[in-house]
Amino acid sequence: MGEVTNQSASQSDAEIAGQTTGEAWLNGATTSEGESDFIERLRNGNEEAFVFLVDQYHRTMFRLAMIYVPKQAGAEEVVQEAWVGVLQGLDRFEGRSSLKTWIFRILTNCAKTYALREGRSIPFSSLADMEIDSDEPTVDPDRFFPPTARKTGTWISLPENWDEFPEERLLSQEISAQIESAIEGLSLNQRTVITLHDIEGWTSEEICGVLGVSVTNQRVLLHRARSKVRRALERYFDEKEEV
Amino acid sequence: MRSESSASNGLLCKEVVELVTDYLEDALLPEKRAQFEEHVAGCVGCTNYVEQVRLTIGMLRNLAQEPVFPETKEELLQVFRQWKNHQ
Repeated sequence: MGEVTNQSASQSDAEIAGQTTGEAWLNGATTSEGESDFIERLRNGNEEAFVFLVDQYHRTMFRLAMIYVPKQAGAEEVVQEAWVGVLQGLDRFEGRSSLKTWIFRILTNCAKTYALREGRSIPFSSLADMEIDSDEPTVDPDRFFPPTARKTGTWISLPENWDEFPEERLLSQEISAQIESAIEGLSLNQRTVITLHDIEGWTSEEICGVLGVSVTNQRVLLHRARSKVRRALERYFDEKEEV
Repeated sequence: MRSESSASNGLLCKEVVELVTDYLEDALLPEKRAQFEEHVAGCVGCTNYVEQVRLTIGMLRNLAQEPVFPETKEELLQVFRQWKNHQ
């Protein structure tokens, strides 16, 4: 249990997490040299470079903005504002973090400002949020034999083998809708982390660099979030079978 | 294959489920990792559970597919052109 609930890791890790992690430029095999060439093209007003950037990041920016500002129009405004901020800041960008990290810090700053103006709570705003997230069991304790039983702590009824489900079913729109609604039910922090890590495929280092959360806390949040989504899917599959 | 869960070493099923993310993210110490793998290898329930989590991650990844709308792209290009002209 020790590795999972190491809540004592403080938020101060965030301050050192900002440095770039030597990530490959735009998920490709290119280098940071490639990145500075690319930035030069942007600074020179190359539209192709800008469209490339939009294709890479706009969707994720919108998804993240929706967590802070859960109204489509507001989120769109935030993302647009962030793009303007990116362009205006481009000349001052020094490459101390990756371009991606820098862009998403601008986005989260815009989103925070907007959310606070509207009186909304924002992810990673206090340590208390982390503590609330900490103590839920991953699986309903009733699924396991109680301490008094001979087989204490083992499954009473086994989880199903989802490999037997056809892939089309697992990747269907219906399932996607179930997942989206499960994610809506998560805490802000959990939602942010699972969105970036599992939906958008970010590394833990990238997430920590943008959100200022420690690697350990990030993993705890991811664990809780995934567990809840899995549980929601399990419930959904069970109900379907009963019909 | 065994038909029921069994704890063949120190870890209980109840404990295994708490470690799944650390396992999948490669954050377990070697000793704990070995215990985890040994338990899962001998436990159908936990094998299925870990696979469920893996598939859940796959389904989450599947959500990210929509492209950027052409109108949005056009709007952003306008922003870009304005910025370029004011430089």
